Amino acid sequence: MKTYAIYWLKMLNYALVTKSKPYKIWGATLLLFIVLGVFAYIQQIKYGLIVTNLSDQVSWGAYIANFTFLVGVAAAAVLLVFPTYVLHRDDVKEVVLIGELMAFSAVVMCILFVLVDLGHPERFIHMLPGFGRLGFSHSVLAWDVLVLNGYLLLNMHIPGYLLYMKYMGRRPNMWFYLPLVFLSIFWAVSIHTVTAFLYSGLGGRPYWNTAILAPRFLVSAFAGGPALLLIVFTVVRKFTALKVKQGVFDMLKGIIKIFLPMNLFLLGCEVFTEFYTNSNHVESAKYLFFGLHGHKLLVPYIWTSLTFSMISIAIFYWPRKKSEETPGIILFACVASILAIWVEKGMGLIIPGFIPTPLGDLVEYTPSLIEFFVCLGIWSFGALLFTILARVAIAIQTGAIKNEV
Amino acid sequence: MSNDRWTKKLKKKMEQSVGRRNFLKALTGVTAAACGTTVVAKAVEKVIQPENSTEVPFSFEKFFQKHYQEMSPEDKKRVFQRIEEDTLTSRGVKVNIKDPLPIEGVKFAFALSLSKCNGNRMCVEACVKENNQSHDPEIQYIKVIEMDAGSFNLEKGDMYYEGESVPKPGKFYLPVQCHQCDNPPCTKVCPVEATWKEKDGIVVIDYDWCIGCRFCMAACPYEARRFNFTEPKLPKENINPNQGYLSNRIRPKGVVEKCTFCLHRTREGLNPACLEACPTGARKFGNILDPNSEVSQILKTKRVYILKEDLGTVPSFFYYFD
Repeated sequence: MKTYAIYWLKMLNYALVTKSKPYKIWGATLLLFIVLGVFAYIQQIKYGLIVTNLSDQVSWGAYIANFTFLVGVAAAAVLLVFPTYVLHRDDVKEVVLIGELMAFSAVVMCILFVLVDLGHPERFIHMLPGFGRLGFSHSVLAWDVLVLNGYLLLNMHIPGYLLYMKYMGRRPNMWFYLPLVFLSIFWAVSIHTVTAFLYSGLGGRPYWNTAILAPRFLVSAFAGGPALLLIVFTVVRKFTALKVKQGVFDMLKGIIKIFLPMNLFLLGCEVFTEFYTNSNHVESAKYLFFGLHGHKLLVPYIWTSLTFSMISIAIFYWPRKKSEETPGIILFACVASILAIWVEKGMGLIIPGFIPTPLGDLVEYTPSLIEFFVCLGIWSFGALLFTILARVAIAIQTGAIKNEV
Repeated sequence: MSNDRWTKKLKKKMEQSVGRRNFLKALTGVTAAACGTTVVAKAVEKVIQPENSTEVPFSFEKFFQKHYQEMSPEDKKRVFQRIEEDTLTSRGVKVNIKDPLPIEGVKFAFALSLSKCNGNRMCVEACVKENNQSHDPEIQYIKVIEMDAGSFNLEKGDMYYEGESVPKPGKFYLPVQCHQCDNPPCTKVCPVEATWKEKDGIVVIDYDWCIGCRFCMAACPYEARRFNFTEPKLPKENINPNQGYLSNRIRPKGVVEKCTFCLHRTREGLNPACLEACPTGARKFGNILDPNSEVSQILKTKRVYILKEDLGTVPSFFYYFD
């Protein structure tokens, strides 16, 4: 018990006391954003969701869009877990914990985004066993709550256990984590599938009511996730003692090369079906790509997203000499593809589902300033959480923090 | 004090489990904890309660209130009384909270004649008066869509039509409200079972259980559900004091609400307010299980149209033509 307490104190100490200037600046900036987010959220609690730009017509917006995107980020951890434990790649094994911690942070952000979307967040107790009544088996949202929390626990336990063993200098007992690792591979797929089912199960919203939605979600997650990991590993390689091997970068680039075009392909399938059929169901897609009856708020976003996707694909596929470093242009392509997917499956997927409404009403939506700051706050919280977790984890892995008897 | 009951309960528990002497010690602890929580709750409230709020302040009693379907008759009595008291203190209006239950052998259905409806929207007005909807922001359960003759394309309809008189030439009118579906997509998606279908076919919401996730609004193909984006504002003199727990009592902010076929009226043998207000006689309401009721006769003898029948929602709301 005492050793465990000291372990936590050491980690805390390492996370808070530091001479690293970039770490301090980064942390302080994020803290500032978090404070702004909290202030914005207090306004929302005080006056209700009226401070957002949501309406009866467009009843979900930026919060749920970010939630959807982040479920993808969480699911993408499987792209490191799978090569490590199934393909036995030693270079990936060195960084798999960072991937799992990223998944953990992403799920925390997902839960926060759902929480801020609620009209009565304090009533979350209505979901708890015993007192509450979770609409299990019939409500996809109840399923989503279960799978997300399960994934949270898995990604807390696995890196937590392995890091503690490393700290103690003991060999981890494979029965304590390996079965859960394999479970987490299936679980990662399940979180994004269930999240897609939230939308695709609604018969009254033809734009979402498509079987291709879950595959599309997974594919976009496997395109955007590795791009984010690539950026993270570049930072890790530059600023920490963990020298991420080039093989990891090459693998991630390979994955992006497969899934980024595939994501566009699936989008194209959707676009063809909608526009060629040209039934009444095409209205939402028309609104997204070309605008409807003079309303075209999302049009510039979706075309920017498509352009970014194309540019990224071109950069990733451009023939270049094999070099040790990951050039800046690749990082640019990563940022561009993340932005592209964030727009496409965040706002580009959620908002047109509500436009036009089932009765043909047309109300547009764009996030309010309060929504912007709440989102910024949650993103910053997630980023700070991940930064601290990753920093401490790397310190344990490289032996900077260890149990001294 | 509102958390009195909880303190008492704890006291009782303590008395049972510990000796008299220890009990006094424990009691001091419990009281201190209760006071501490109250102080914190009051401080938090100061930050999050807007000026001139009509919202009922936080209390443990309210926080731990049970789901409607799990309340015993005594629970209900206590809860309804508390709501009445709260409405008196927060809005200065004496109201009566009732809970009429579904009647055995009755399943309600609505039939609306598209030949007769002329789009005067008096139903909308009557509905707002009866059901204590917020005046600001405006919440209405009934949407009347003005459509071009010769088409049934909702996307081409106009629900914000204005003008001196109705009906306008070349137009017909389609009022839409909750269809009280037999296969409701909205209740299915609720993660906390805060909305369900009653025995007489009415889809209801427990406003004190709803967490405000708005999944039901995304699921409803008839746009029947409304969200309280902020505290509902309605002038004191416009409050209808005759209120049902599951229907027209004043809603808190942050929850979803909808048409309940005026269950506080209809379960007591009255007609819904929208029907009473309709000057054209387009609205018919009754028991679909009674073969002689007007709605049953209409379904048997008239041409009936069901909105979005292809979605398989099986509405209890029918349109017909004379």
